[in-house]
Amino acid sequence: MIINHPLLGPRDSAEFTYLGDAKMIERPDWESETAAQDFYEYAYLRDNPAGIHRELWFHEGGDRSYLVVTRDTVTHEISNVELARDVARKLGRSK
Amino acid sequence: MSVVKSMHSLTPITALGGSEPRVETIGGVTCREVPEVALASVTARLKHEGQTKTALKKAVGLTAPDVGLVASKTLTIFWMGPDQWMVEAPFDSHEDLAAQLKALTKDHASVAEQTDAWTRFDVSGENVLNVMELLCNLNTRQMAVDAVSRSSIHHLGCFVRHISADHFGIYGPRASAGSLHHAIITAMSSAR
Amino acid sequence: MSQINRLEGGQIDRNQPLNFKFDGKSYAGFAGDTLASALLANDVRLMGRSFKYHRPRGPLTAGSEEPNAIVELRSGNRQEPNTRATTAELYEGLTAKSQNRWPSLAFDAMAINDRFSNFLTAGFYYKTFMWPAVFWEKVYEPIIRKAAGLGSLSLLDDPDEYDKGFRHTDLLIIGAGPSGLMAALTAGRAGSDVILADEDFAFGGRLNSETFAINDEASDVWVQATIAELSAMSNVRMMTRTTVIGAFDHGIYGAVERVSDHLIMPAAGKPRQILWRIYAAKTILAAGATERPIAFENNDRPGIMLASAMRSYANRWAATPAQRVTIFTNNDDGHSTAADLHAKGVKIAAVIDSRADAPRSLDYEVVQGAQVVDSKGRLGVKFVEVKLADGSSRTIECGALGVSGGWNPNVHMTCHQRGRPTWNESLAAFVPGGTLPPGMTVTGAANGDLSTHMALKTGAAAAKAALGLKGRSAKTPTAEDAPVSQTPFWYVEGCSRAWLDQQNDVTVKDVKLSHQEGFRSVEHLKRYTTLGMATDQGKTSNMGGLAIMAELAGKSIPEVGTTIFRPPYTPTSIGVLAGRMRGKEFHPTRLTPSHYWAKERGAVFVEVGNWLRAQWFPIAGETHWRESVDREVTATRASVGVCDCTTLGKIDVQGSDAATFLNKVYCNAFAKLAVGKVRYGLMLREDGIAMDDGTAGRLAEDHFVVTTTTAKAAAVYQHLEFVRQCLYPDLDVQLISTTEAWAQYAVAGPNSRALLQKIVDPEFDISNEAFPFMGCGNITVCGGLRARLFRISFSGELAFEIAVPSRYGDALMRRLMDVGEEFNVTPYGTEALGVMRIEKGHAAGNELNGTTSALNLGMGRMVSKKKDSIGSTLSERAGMNEENALMQVGIQPLDPADKITSGGHLMAADGPVDAAHDQGYVTSAAFSPTLSSMIGLGMLKDGGNRQGEKMRLVSPLTDLTVDVEIVSAHFVDPEGERVRG
Repeated sequence: MIINHPLLGPRDSAEFTYLGDAKMIERPDWESETAAQDFYEYAYLRDNPAGIHRELWFHEGGDRSYLVVTRDTVTHEISNVELARDVARKLGRSK
Repeated sequence: MSVVKSMHSLTPITALGGSEPRVETIGGVTCREVPEVALASVTARLKHEGQTKTALKKAVGLTAPDVGLVASKTLTIFWMGPDQWMVEAPFDSHEDLAAQLKALTKDHASVAEQTDAWTRFDVSGENVLNVMELLCNLNTRQMAVDAVSRSSIHHLGCFVRHISADHFGIYGPRASAGSLHHAIITAMSSAR
Repeated sequence: MSQINRLEGGQIDRNQPLNFKFDGKSYAGFAGDTLASALLANDVRLMGRSFKYHRPRGPLTAGSEEPNAIVELRSGNRQEPNTRATTAELYEGLTAKSQNRWPSLAFDAMAINDRFSNFLTAGFYYKTFMWPAVFWEKVYEPIIRKAAGLGSLSLLDDPDEYDKGFRHTDLLIIGAGPSGLMAALTAGRAGSDVILADEDFAFGGRLNSETFAINDEASDVWVQATIAELSAMSNVRMMTRTTVIGAFDHGIYGAVERVSDHLIMPAAGKPRQILWRIYAAKTILAAGATERPIAFENNDRPGIMLASAMRSYANRWAATPAQRVTIFTNNDDGHSTAADLHAKGVKIAAVIDSRADAPRSLDYEVVQGAQVVDSKGRLGVKFVEVKLADGSSRTIECGALGVSGGWNPNVHMTCHQRGRPTWNESLAAFVPGGTLPPGMTVTGAANGDLSTHMALKTGAAAAKAALGLKGRSAKTPTAEDAPVSQTPFWYVEGCSRAWLDQQNDVTVKDVKLSHQEGFRSVEHLKRYTTLGMATDQGKTSNMGGLAIMAELAGKSIPEVGTTIFRPPYTPTSIGVLAGRMRGKEFHPTRLTPSHYWAKERGAVFVEVGNWLRAQWFPIAGETHWRESVDREVTATRASVGVCDCTTLGKIDVQGSDAATFLNKVYCNAFAKLAVGKVRYGLMLREDGIAMDDGTAGRLAEDHFVVTTTTAKAAAVYQHLEFVRQCLYPDLDVQLISTTEAWAQYAVAGPNSRALLQKIVDPEFDISNEAFPFMGCGNITVCGGLRARLFRISFSGELAFEIAVPSRYGDALMRRLMDVGEEFNVTPYGTEALGVMRIEKGHAAGNELNGTTSALNLGMGRMVSKKKDSIGSTLSERAGMNEENALMQVGIQPLDPADKITSGGHLMAADGPVDAAHDQGYVTSAAFSPTLSSMIGLGMLKDGGNRQGEKMRLVSPLTDLTVDVEIVSAHFVDPEGERVRG
């Protein structure tokens, strides 16, 4: 597949390591009342859709950025690629 | 930048384990081991990207380039990742490059010595493009001079730099120098 | 040796005669011949025996779709089974053998299978060899194994080399027939980057086999002129002998270039084949079409071939399969074979046309409304039986029969990404469907436009559209534009042993049987009968099978549908898929900075991932590795030893939030680690399982050096970047790997400080007071070389790790050996390293095995509850903190002569030995020269409370039961006094 890196342009997916569902960015708050349950769901439960999926790819053979790729798991069409850092910040992640 | 030369008594060896760099010519293409470069990574700290660039500009007279580009005089800077650059300088005069750069960028950037994390092979000659297309998936035919890109050569993460017409520099991990060299030489024999 | 079936003309070069051998017999041919064309010219029609029934077979086709004429090419270490004689280029000295027959092609004892055909029908193996059950392993399977398979391997190493290559292009054109050539011209003239690939050794496609005119001249003139013009364009790359094997995602195509297959062996240093990865912005599939046969009883005899193949042999290769031929056709195209062969002096016995209104000829007899219903001639066709329109029969003598059932566009590549073709009623064929691989258009015959004129026109138009070219197109050259004129006719009514898939020996009867047994889906038909599953992927048989299935099911052909075509388009060698990744080059090799010195020193090396590490350093007189390892351990603990530990991951962590960051990734506290100190750190996975351990040394307020295990270096780095970029994007922390940048050596033993004091520059005080245990700092050595010193100990002795830039590592090691002579400095390898850490009870990869938590490792209290870190929350789950959780312990045999085996299980001293009573397992084991006994580390339920207990260590697989005692894992210096000295 070809992943259109926001900074580097189109790159072969062979340069990347696939990590998994981009939900992994939304790590729960350890001090929440429901932390144990939240972390369980975070670590183990995945939607695994046949269709649009937002997922994390690590550009190991490139600039070492993590990217959030929006990809249809059936057709492999990639409709969006963002720097994971930007996605994380948009989700309110900080320190 | 001031130049400090150390007087220590240890003799270096090249990445291929020799006292002299290896040179081979096959089919009109030459591969030369280039140990005489010092390298250091400069990564801007959060919210200090501007100051880092300014410090680099003042110190080395070069503007840290955007993605993939290289700016070059005695010193070369190329982009490695977001807010991260590799600085290259002649080894003999700049062996303590990392220390020099740290002194200049101060708290604006994180600097790490990278000299011996890498080994550089220069591949040059009229037929070099036919060699490069057996090595990495970069569009070397279209690559501009002074462009640099990460790529994978036989499963080794490398930087490929278009130094001048028919002349490429391949920076690969030092410990795998033997494997990388073998891959380059084999491609030189194999290319048509 | 005369080639009695040679004709005039053709594209062979009579100035280059070639000699070759087939089944031990010598023949002659010419440059430009294929093995098949040369054999036919020599009147050899029999080239193989079929897979299941061992029926005599000859070539059905003249191309890569060939199901029958598959031979064993070459011999010795280049022996290549299942090679298509129809595409194998002839060269001087070529040798080939027919396959699947014993003792000879002419007399094949296995043809007895043909007599038992009633028992060997489709799916027979699901119904036979069942009884008695015991016979399976001892009787049936060995027989089947011997009889099965097609072709044989030499079992010798392949002497050839294969490359992988990468090309980028604006336009990839698959197929260099008239359509592809026009597309290339159009795009090339416009200055676009073009790659034009064809599986054949000559461009021209179907034009090479026909007697068409282009611009009123023989088409060859236009083809050669086009090739010349394209060759002169630097923006056009022409790849002959190159099969595009697959359409992969996003414009990525795989292509195999057969660089040296047509030579007796590759030129020195050159590859046999190259696997190209082509990145194509746009693609034009101009792959042409393949003719389909008609099924009738015994339609598989040598000499019976596709009419278009017969034409190829005659026009391109100047060869005819026989001097007297018959044609059987349902369309006008079949008649061209008669006309072309007649023009070359071959006798046309008759043209049998199933259509009542078939066109007539002045040159030979055309029988209208008739069918060929059977053939005779065991080793090659001698007669065909014809049923006339009025129902009467006629026998026609002939040595070959050309069959034409119409043409199938080569849609395969359009289906590689789950696309399905569409049925075209007027062509009675499938054409490319609605969903093509992104960026691909199809032109010419592959798209159902079968005439030369349309091929030229659509090729140019497609290139223009694909590249968005403006301006007027060049005029399309003039060429024939014959319409398709056929009446669909798939098989003769009532036929049974009529062959559909000739490679897998699947008949019309098998398809009927499959339907009868309830296999109604086309996917089931395929798998049950194996129709279309041979190396030709059913290129000449799928259509016939579908047509019969449709009729049986009372459906239309499009309603039945098709199966999916998958890469590779034609069989692809394992060698080219492997490329250079063979033997030593299977993965890159990483050498440590002291490698060359270690080699000189006689070290025995071990592969640790991609690294080569010294395992031990034998000295003169040592004959067994235990001698060396025991000596290295003893010498290190007695005085001083040096070990290269460069391979452990080193990650440089800087930034104003570096300490905060490490606090997130280590389960234990790091925020307050003082500058100049090192701390052991344990990283957990988010599920609370231990991921990796190492140390982090604080060289400055904002600067740490983190170490990892060798095996986990890359994974930990990846993990840290995830935490940095995805979880805490506003932490000011920067990472870079420095594993290879610094040579790092462990210097361990009571004399380690004394040794180091000989190389550390005098201004640096490394006494115990100035540089205590778990300290670190930047220093210089040997007169000013920058270095780093870490006082950490894996061995349990007084120890340091010293790091210098890698280019000086070799010199530093030699210096240490030199100045260390007075201390009897001993280099030690990974084995001794392992023994010593086991003696100390230090966990390593064996213990961090992906199932153990901090608690299991005896580090439960290290997981800070005062902060959030990766894994901290889930590590508190009840299930991971049960009363009798596994805990790390030491294990020692009661009898010091007994073995401890890693992987062995711990059982109570008496009672049953089974999974239900399992108490734990051994993770690491070694002979300890310090204790003169084998020792081990392991995981034991409630291990913390069972010291002193006597248990059994059992290893049923190695038949071992040993009485052991559970002891402290810290066998040597349990108080840790030595490290603090």
